[in-house]
Amino acid sequence: MSAGLVHRYIPNTAPGVREQMLAEIGVGSVDEIYEEIPAELRFAGRLDLQQEPRSEADVAREITAILGKNRTTDDLLSFLGAGCWPHYAPALVAEVMGRSEFLTAYGGIEVNDHGRFLAVFEYQSMMGDLLEMDVVAAAVYDGTTASGDAIHMASRITGRKELVLPRLMDPDRLSALLNYNGPWFTPVFVEFDPATGLMDLADLTAKLSDRTAAVYLENPTYLGTVETQAAEISRIAHAAGALLIAHVNPASLGVLAPPGQYDADIACGDGQPLGLPISCGGARLGVLACKNEVRFVHTLPMTMVGILPTTVPGERAYTWHALFDRIFYGEREAARSFSGTSSFLNAIGAGVYMALLGPSGMVDLGTANMQKAAYAARRIGGLQGVKAPVFAGPHFNEFVVDFSGTGKSAAEVNAALLERGILGGKDVTKEFPALGAAALYCVTENHTQSEIDRLVDAIGEVTR
Amino acid sequence: MTTIDPKSPAAEGAPADRYLEYSAIDTGYRAVRWHEKTLYEQSRPGSTNAILPAVEKGIVDAVGDVVAALPAAARRARPPEMPELSEPEILRHYIRCSQMTYGYDSGNSMGLGTCTMKYSPRINEQLAALPEVKALHPLQPEETIQGILEIMYGMRNWLCELAGMDEVTFQPRGGGHGAFTDACMIRAYHHARGEDFRDEIITCAVSHPCNPATASAAGFKVISLYPDEVTGELGIDALRAAISDRTAGIMMTAPYDTGVFDSQIAEYARLVHEAGGVVSLDQANFNGVMTRMRAGDLGADMVHFNLHKTFSTPHGSYGPGAGAVAVKKAFRDFLPVPVVEFDGSRYHLNSDLSNSIGKVGTFMGMVPNVVKAYAWVLAMGAEGLREASEWAVINNNYLIKKLLEVRGLDISWPNRRKLQEARFSLAKLHDETGVGTLDFNYRLADFGVQTYFESHVPRIVPEPVTPEPTESISKEDVDQFVAAFHHISAEAYSNPEIVLTAPHRSIVHREIHDYENLTQVPFTWRVWKRTHPDG
Amino acid sequence: MSERSGGAGPTAGAASTEPGGGPDAGVATRRRIGLIVNPLAGIGGRVGLKGSDGAETVALALALGAVPMAGARAAETLRLLAEGAAPGGLRGHLPGGHSPEIDLATYPGEMGEVVAREAGFVPTVLGSIQTGATTGADTRQAAEDLLSWGADLLLFAGGDGTARDVFAAVGGRVPVVGIPAGVKIHSGVFAVNPRRAAELVTEFLAGRAGLEDREVMDIDEDLFRAGIVSARLFGYMRMPYRRALVQGAKSGNPGGPSTLRDVAFGVLAEMDRDPGAYWILGPGTTVKAVAHELGIEKTLLGVDLLHRGRLVAVDVNEAQLLAFLARKPESVRARLVVTVIGGQGYLFGRGNQQLSPAVIRAVGREGVVVAATLDKLHALGGPLLVDTGDAECDAYLSGHIKVVTGEVDRVVWRVTA
Repeated sequence: MSAGLVHRYIPNTAPGVREQMLAEIGVGSVDEIYEEIPAELRFAGRLDLQQEPRSEADVAREITAILGKNRTTDDLLSFLGAGCWPHYAPALVAEVMGRSEFLTAYGGIEVNDHGRFLAVFEYQSMMGDLLEMDVVAAAVYDGTTASGDAIHMASRITGRKELVLPRLMDPDRLSALLNYNGPWFTPVFVEFDPATGLMDLADLTAKLSDRTAAVYLENPTYLGTVETQAAEISRIAHAAGALLIAHVNPASLGVLAPPGQYDADIACGDGQPLGLPISCGGARLGVLACKNEVRFVHTLPMTMVGILPTTVPGERAYTWHALFDRIFYGEREAARSFSGTSSFLNAIGAGVYMALLGPSGMVDLGTANMQKAAYAARRIGGLQGVKAPVFAGPHFNEFVVDFSGTGKSAAEVNAALLERGILGGKDVTKEFPALGAAALYCVTENHTQSEIDRLVDAIGEVTR
Repeated sequence: MTTIDPKSPAAEGAPADRYLEYSAIDTGYRAVRWHEKTLYEQSRPGSTNAILPAVEKGIVDAVGDVVAALPAAARRARPPEMPELSEPEILRHYIRCSQMTYGYDSGNSMGLGTCTMKYSPRINEQLAALPEVKALHPLQPEETIQGILEIMYGMRNWLCELAGMDEVTFQPRGGGHGAFTDACMIRAYHHARGEDFRDEIITCAVSHPCNPATASAAGFKVISLYPDEVTGELGIDALRAAISDRTAGIMMTAPYDTGVFDSQIAEYARLVHEAGGVVSLDQANFNGVMTRMRAGDLGADMVHFNLHKTFSTPHGSYGPGAGAVAVKKAFRDFLPVPVVEFDGSRYHLNSDLSNSIGKVGTFMGMVPNVVKAYAWVLAMGAEGLREASEWAVINNNYLIKKLLEVRGLDISWPNRRKLQEARFSLAKLHDETGVGTLDFNYRLADFGVQTYFESHVPRIVPEPVTPEPTESISKEDVDQFVAAFHHISAEAYSNPEIVLTAPHRSIVHREIHDYENLTQVPFTWRVWKRTHPDG
Repeated sequence: MSERSGGAGPTAGAASTEPGGGPDAGVATRRRIGLIVNPLAGIGGRVGLKGSDGAETVALALALGAVPMAGARAAETLRLLAEGAAPGGLRGHLPGGHSPEIDLATYPGEMGEVVAREAGFVPTVLGSIQTGATTGADTRQAAEDLLSWGADLLLFAGGDGTARDVFAAVGGRVPVVGIPAGVKIHSGVFAVNPRRAAELVTEFLAGRAGLEDREVMDIDEDLFRAGIVSARLFGYMRMPYRRALVQGAKSGNPGGPSTLRDVAFGVLAEMDRDPGAYWILGPGTTVKAVAHELGIEKTLLGVDLLHRGRLVAVDVNEAQLLAFLARKPESVRARLVVTVIGGQGYLFGRGNQQLSPAVIRAVGREGVVVAATLDKLHALGGPLLVDTGDAECDAYLSGHIKVVTGEVDRVVWRVTA
C-alpha cells in the first residue's frame, strides 16, 4: 500500500482526503473495489520498474542527460528530407501551439471549445485555398495515412478493385498503403520514364481499365521531381472513369499547380513542412481534401469543422458535431477506418504558418525551395564523377545524386560526410538499385548559400 | 470570466433569454465570448510578413527564375486567396481563439469520460521541445540518435512490464491506429499459417468503436457482443455463439467503457485461443488498473495503449496523440518496423522482421510523445502509477455515490462496482421532464465546467452520461460537478425551459442541423463565401 | 472482401432511412396532420377481455365498468405537439424559429375533435359519427377522408385493430404514427408512449426523421381469448423513426450504419458460404430485400423457397414445406432466413406460423440465419422472442444467436421464449 504517498500530480493525495472519501463511498479500502477483478487476474507481483516517484528536478536531469547523447541537426549540417523536411519554423507557430488551452483541450463541443474549432476551420480554409479544393478534413494522422484514406474513399465511391500507382514511390509509404488498402485493391504500377522519373503515360494508358478505381500520383514525387504531366494524367484517368488522387507537398503550392487546378478528385499530403519541426519524424499533419460532392464528403473518413447556424439568428457555430456520425464514432465497423485522435494541434500550427506567410509568402517559399535545390543540384552535379540531378526536369526541394562515377557507395560518402559534421542525403541504394550509388538530398529555403557550398566542397573532398 | 463584447449579436442571447428571468438563468459564470471574425474577414490585402530568409543573389544569378521556367500546366495559375495580416494581428486572433477553448488546464474536464483527461506536466513539454528531440531527423544514423533510442527502449521495457508482454512498437499515432495495427497483425498471423479463411473478428458493444472499425478496415467481418442486462458482462454463451472455424480473433476491452470489469475475460481469451484465434486487448481504459492487472496475464497476445490518455501526453485539441502496441514473443515477428533493440552497449533499429506487416505510418511514430510519457513514468514510479490508478477508482466511486443522489439520474448495471468510469442515464429525467442528455449537457456549459461525454455508439444506455474523474481531479472538482447536476436537475423539474434552451452563458448557442447532406455545410471559407455572398 | 463491397456508396438503397417529408430547412411552413382516436380502443384490457374488437365485446367491456383510455393517451401527445411551437415544448429537439406550424384535421367528438380542442388546436372537422357507438368502419372512413384532405401524416390512437383499419383504408400511401392505447400492440407502427409519439411527429415535420416499413399485425381475438395466440401479418405501413443511437444530433447521412440493403448483402454473404443449400425465406421486408438483391420478387407476407438463386416455390404453407424437406436429397442442406416480426421482437410464432416446430427442427438451429437492422434490434431493448407453441422447440431456440445486421456486421443477441 502506498497510502502515505503525496504526489504532486495527484491533488487528493494530501493527507486525510482518502479516508474521508472512502468513508463516503462506504468501503474500508480501495482494495474492496478492486475485488471486481477476479483474484487470479489481479497482479500481485513486483514490477521491474523504478519504484519511487522522482522530483521534477531529477526527471529533468536524467532525461536531459540521456538526450545529450543525441547529435542534432542544429549541430550537424543536414540534407535529410525524404518525407521529413527541415523548414524554418516561425516563432508564432510554437507560441500558439504552446497555448495551454489548445495544448490540452480534447473532446468538448462548440459551446465550450468554439475557439479551437474556429482555428481548425481556418486551417481547413487556408489549406483549401492552397489546394484549390472545397472540402478539407480537420486532420488525419500523417501524409501516409492520408493517402490511405484517399484510396479508401476511391474504393467506396467506385466499387472498383484496381489502384494505379507510380512505380517510383517511397517503399515505406507503399507498405503502409498496402496494409491499409490491401483487402480492397490490387495495386497496378505504372513504369517511369528513365530520363525524368515521371510517369510513363503510354504505360499509364495501357494499365487503365474499367477496373481502375483511381490513379494515385505524387507531386512532387518521392525523388523530388515535379510531376509536370499532372493535368494530362488527370485527363487520362477521368477518361477511364477513374478518380484522380493527388498526394502533394503543401509547401510547394505557392508555385506548383494545386490539385484543384488539374481537377483532382481527392487531394492528400503531409502538412509537416508548414512550420512544424522535424521532431524525429513525430510532428505530422495528415492533409485530406476532396470535391464538395456527396459521394466524396460522405465517404471522407474523418471529421471536419463546419459552420452551422444556431438558435440565435446570424450567429455562426464552428463545430465538428455534425460530422461524427459518418466516421467510426457513429458507424463503427461500417465506417471501415482507423482515424480517431489525429493531429488538430498541428493543424492549428500549420494554420498559423499559412496566415503568417500569406499568399505572397507561399510563393516566396516555393520559389526559394526550387531555386536553392536547383543551385545545390547544379553545383553537386559539377563535381568529378558525381551525377546530380539524376533525373532531368524541374525539382522541388529534393533531388537524387549518383556517386557511382566516384567509385564510392552512398553509404561511404555519408560516413565520410558525417566525419565532417554533415548529414548527407538519404541513401536510396537499396530502395532503387537501378539508380546506382544514389542518395536523396533535400535543400530548403532554410539552407544558406554558404551551407550549400560547404556541402559541395565536402562531397568534393570525400569523393576525390 | 466576463463578457467582452456586449455588442455582439451573440451576447443578446437566444430568444428564450428574453423572457426567462435573468436570476433563473444566471449561474455566476460567463464564458469569454469574443466577437471574433475569421482571419479572412480581417484580411488587409498587401500585408506581408518577412518570415523567410531572402534567397541569396548568388543563387538567383546562378539558376534564374526556375518557377517561370516550369511548363504552364505545372505552374500555379492564380495566387491562393488566403488572408493577409500582420504578425501581431494574427497572434491576437489565435490568443482570442485559445481563450474561447476549454483546455484541461482551464478548469474541470472530468465530464469527458473515455478521454482520461489528466494533467500533462509542463516539464515534459519542455523536455520534448529540446533540440535533442525537436531537431532530430528520423533518418539520422543510429550513432547520432542513441539518446532518443535509449528513451524509446526504456519506455518499451516499462510498457512490457506493465502489460506482461515482450515487445513494443510506437509507430501507431493514436488508439485507433493501434487497434488497426493489431488487426493487421492478426491478418498477417493467419496468412502466415495458411488460414486466410479466418475472416471474422469478435468485439463488443461497450468498447471504443475503433475496435470494430479497424477490424473491418483490415478486411474482417465483425461480430459484436452485447453486455448482459444484469451483469454487464458478455457471457460465455454469447461468445460461444460467435466463435466458429472462421474466427480470426477477438478485440476485447478491460474494463469496459461502462467501468465494468468482465470477470470472465480470461475465459474468453482461452476459448478464442482454443478456436485458433488471436486475442487483442484495448487498454484505452488502463488508467484505473495500472500495476493491478496485466494484459498478458489475461491471455492477450497483443495490447494497445494510448500515451495521450493514460500516460499524460497532452490531448492537443484532438491530437497528436500516440499509440503503443505491445505483443507477446510469438507476435514480435509481425510487428511494424523498425523495432528498437539494445545489444548491451548500443541501441539499434531493426527493420528485419521476417513476417513484419511493414509500416502503418511514417517513420517511428510520435517520438516526442514517447519522451513525454517516459518522463511521466519516471516522475510516477511504480508506486505513483499504483497511486494514480487507485485515485482514478476512488474519485469515480465517490462521484457515483454523490451523483446518484441527483433526481432523475440512474446508473447502468447498478449491482456492479465500477472502476475508472461509469455510464449514467438521464432516461428517467427525460421521461418525467422532457429534458434529455443533450439539453442537460448544453446547460452544464453554463456552469463553467466542461461538457460531458455522452456515450459511444451503440447507445445501449438511453440518455447517457459518461464522466471520468481521473487521479488529477480533486474532491472539490467532483463536488462542483455534482452540484451543477443537482442544479440542472432541479431546473428540469421546475422550469425545464431553462435547460431546453441552454446554453445561455457559454460561447455560442446550440447549433441547428438543418442540412440534408454534408455538401450544404461549409467546411472552408471559399465555400462559405460562395454560398453567403453577403457574409 | 465481398464482391459487393463499396459499389454504390453510402447514398444508395437506404430504403429505411430516406428523409421524411419535412419542410425545407429553416422555412416555417404549414404541415397537415390527420388525427384519429379510436375511443373504444383498449377498453377491453382493464377488464380482462384481451382486446376490444367487435360491438359485443365493447358492450361487455362497458358493462364491466371499463373507462376509455385512448382519448387521454391522445391528449398527452397533442398537448406536447401544441407546445412544440411554444416555450417549454419539444424545443430541446427542435429549436425555436424552425417549427413548422401544424394544421390539424380530425373526426368529430370523441374521435379526435374533443382532445384536439382541449390541447389548443383549432381542428378542421370532417365526417360524422354516431357518438358512443363508433366502429372500425368509422376509423377506415376517417383515414380515407383525412388522406383526401391532404394529411402529411396520420396520427392515430388505438391498438392493433385500429392499425388494421387504418391500413385497410390507406395502405402505405401516407406515413403513420400510432399512439399506443389498445390491449393488443403487436404491430410495429406504434410509438413506445404518447411522449415519444409527439417527438416522432415533431422530428418528422422538421424533416429529421427517417421513414421505414413497419408491420401491421393482429391476433385473432377469439382464439386469443381461448388461450391461443395466432398473429397474422397483414402488411406494412410507413412510420417515421428517429435514430436515437447516434452521437450528438442528426447525421445528415442519407445512409445509416445498417440499412436494409446492407443487411441483404450480409445475408447474401452467408448464402455464398453455402451455395448448394435450399433457402427457405420467411416473410417480411428484410427478407424481401435479400431476394431483391438477387433480382427476385419475393412475396412480402409469405414463405418462399429458393435454390441456387432461383425461386422454386412461393407462399408455401407448413405442409408443403415439410413435404419438400422430406423429399430433398440428404446431402443438400436446408437453410432458413427469418427476420424480427413486429414491435415485440418475435422470431418465430408471430406472423410466420408456417415455420412450425417441425420445420425448424428439420432445418436445425445452426441452419437459421437471422437478419435485422441494428436499429430494429436496439429498438427492442430486450431479447428476441420465440413462441412456436411447442415448449421444447422454444427451449431449443433459446440462448444466444448470431444476427446479420450488415454486410460485414453481425451481432450476437439473446433469444428467449
